[in-house]
Amino acid sequence: MKARNTVLTVLAASAALAAAPPAQVGFVYVSPVGDAGWTYQHDLGRKEMERALGGQVTTKFIENVPEGADAERVIRQLVTGGAKIVFTTSFGYMNPTEKVSRAFPDRFFFHATGYKTGKNFGIYNARFYEGRYLCGVIAGKMTKSNVAGYVAAFPIPEVMQGINAFTQGMRSVNPKAEVRVIWVNSWFDPGKEREAALTLISQGADMVTHHTDSTAVVQAAEEKHKENKNVYAFSYHSDMAKYGPTAQLTGTTHHWGEFYTRTVKEVLAGTWKGTNVWGGFKEGMIKLAPLNKAVPEDVKKLVLAKEKEIASGKLHPFAGPVVSQDGKERVAKGKHMTDAELGAMDYYVQGVASTLPKK
Amino acid sequence: MQPSLLSSILFATVVAGTPLVITALGELVTEKSGVLNLGAEGIMSMGAVAAFAVTLHTGSPLLGVLAGLGAGMAMSLIFAVASLTFMANQVASGLALSIFGVGLSAFIGKPYESQALPSRATWDIPLLHRIPVLGHAFFEHQALVYFSWILLAAVAWFLYRSRTGLVLRAVGEAPAAAHAVGYKVVRIRYMAVLFGGAMAGIGGAFLSVFYTPLWVEGMVAGRGWISLALVVFATWRPARVLVGAYLFGGAMITQMFVQGSGMHLSVPSQFLSALPYAATIIVLVLISHNRATIRLNSPASLGQPFSPEA
Repeated sequence: MKARNTVLTVLAASAALAAAPPAQVGFVYVSPVGDAGWTYQHDLGRKEMERALGGQVTTKFIENVPEGADAERVIRQLVTGGAKIVFTTSFGYMNPTEKVSRAFPDRFFFHATGYKTGKNFGIYNARFYEGRYLCGVIAGKMTKSNVAGYVAAFPIPEVMQGINAFTQGMRSVNPKAEVRVIWVNSWFDPGKEREAALTLISQGADMVTHHTDSTAVVQAAEEKHKENKNVYAFSYHSDMAKYGPTAQLTGTTHHWGEFYTRTVKEVLAGTWKGTNVWGGFKEGMIKLAPLNKAVPEDVKKLVLAKEKEIASGKLHPFAGPVVSQDGKERVAKGKHMTDAELGAMDYYVQGVASTLPKK
Repeated sequence: MQPSLLSSILFATVVAGTPLVITALGELVTEKSGVLNLGAEGIMSMGAVAAFAVTLHTGSPLLGVLAGLGAGMAMSLIFAVASLTFMANQVASGLALSIFGVGLSAFIGKPYESQALPSRATWDIPLLHRIPVLGHAFFEHQALVYFSWILLAAVAWFLYRSRTGLVLRAVGEAPAAAHAVGYKVVRIRYMAVLFGGAMAGIGGAFLSVFYTPLWVEGMVAGRGWISLALVVFATWRPARVLVGAYLFGGAMITQMFVQGSGMHLSVPSQFLSALPYAATIIVLVLISHNRATIRLNSPASLGQPFSPEA
């Protein structure tokens, strides 16, 4: 009797599913989709999800939405326009998303890089620092000058994690290495980013990377090869090899497609439970861009082995002892940094040669 | 400080200042004729995208710069028609032009997002570029850097030594009087606005073809607004525009060198980034304090529409 009921329920459910119109999934982007960068990677994820779920969903995105009051209007518009699920992909959307999620308890909301959650409100982020660590390992192995340059936007924990993970990786294979940081105080100003990269290179850096949104740093490194200077770059967000075919060794790239597919599936099936997702190599949310052929075979092997170790949890980029720039031991040997500690990172580790801008 | 370090700081300062010099000198001529065109940011964006596209298709940076110039003139023509012929509010139409230009350039630039240009060679000035320190800093640049200096000399000569320049200034100071003695005020202002647009277009072209050889939306990143501030900072004098632009560029570059050197710096980088803006405000306060300075330098009819029929 019970079995028959189940069969009937399943049949009814699939009939309903077949007949149900596709669910609408909305995305709110902070910048134009463009060709590389943060929003571009989210949009790749959206397309991947749409393909994976076939006719079950339709997607809609709104780009270049300012963070703040305007965002709430856009999110409400998506919901009243029929969106069942909304993904908002930038930190500044957190409060507006939360507000709208309380007003529409029968819809589902997901916010990238925030910390507030709710019954129908989940958050997600990726462990970009895992990729940074591996880039650091390559930089440490390949640098001739023992100096790497880092062009950074704003001293928030996520950027600090990247700088420190890169430094930890570099020093793990090259204790003499140091990392110099220039803050450009802007997420996006190609002219300034390029100038910062050239400054670092003129000050001896032969490895450069960036936590800003344009491709200018990779391009600046590429140009140095024309002057017969071997300066290499690591990209961020996207694979930027076409901007620096010689210079880009690899990069930390973001992949949201699987997460979007899984989450939408769970919501549609009614199995989604409030989650706080912070995925790295293991979940496939970050990957390394294809390694340049300039990377020697043994370094390649080492990095791929370390990638597996990070994915399996054997290696943690912030495994103790982690010593901050002022000599204080932040994490003891045998332990590794907790997620809460990572989320509050506001200091440089040893090996960073620059001083942090004061608050 | 090592000479090589000093010379690379100076070099980078000159490069960072160049788009500001070109754009601000164009705006200065416009304002001297009594017209306030706040559209620089939009015009530069259009100049940047046009120059990039043409350089990419033709391989010729010269044609690219000309395209930037043309795009800048076309944009400023829209403004001129609105504010000079139809006498729309200059502040409002200038702001509208900025927003329009930034948006339109993004739309036009979509297909060019993924492309990059080869970087351009420098023109080293014979003999001069061998001078220690200063040689590299000032005489190993790309063509448009030298253009910005020639432009400075030309604008200064035009405004203060040529008859037409005198007429232009008269139009900016007392349009009614200039009209009464037979000068075509509106026509002269059209010319000044078009020149300003052409220079802002070249300023944008410098960014996308020479400075960072790529096109991405938003790459002008406020340089149009800085140029407008520079004209005021310079109290409408061409040579001071150059000084101001290098101050802006220099502040940015110096703080980068300091950060990159690992030198201990107790001043936050955000503060240094804001310094040139603070300097502009201080200069504004100082010149407003002294009525004679304003009267001598700020065009008396700046921003006021003029109708020959009135």
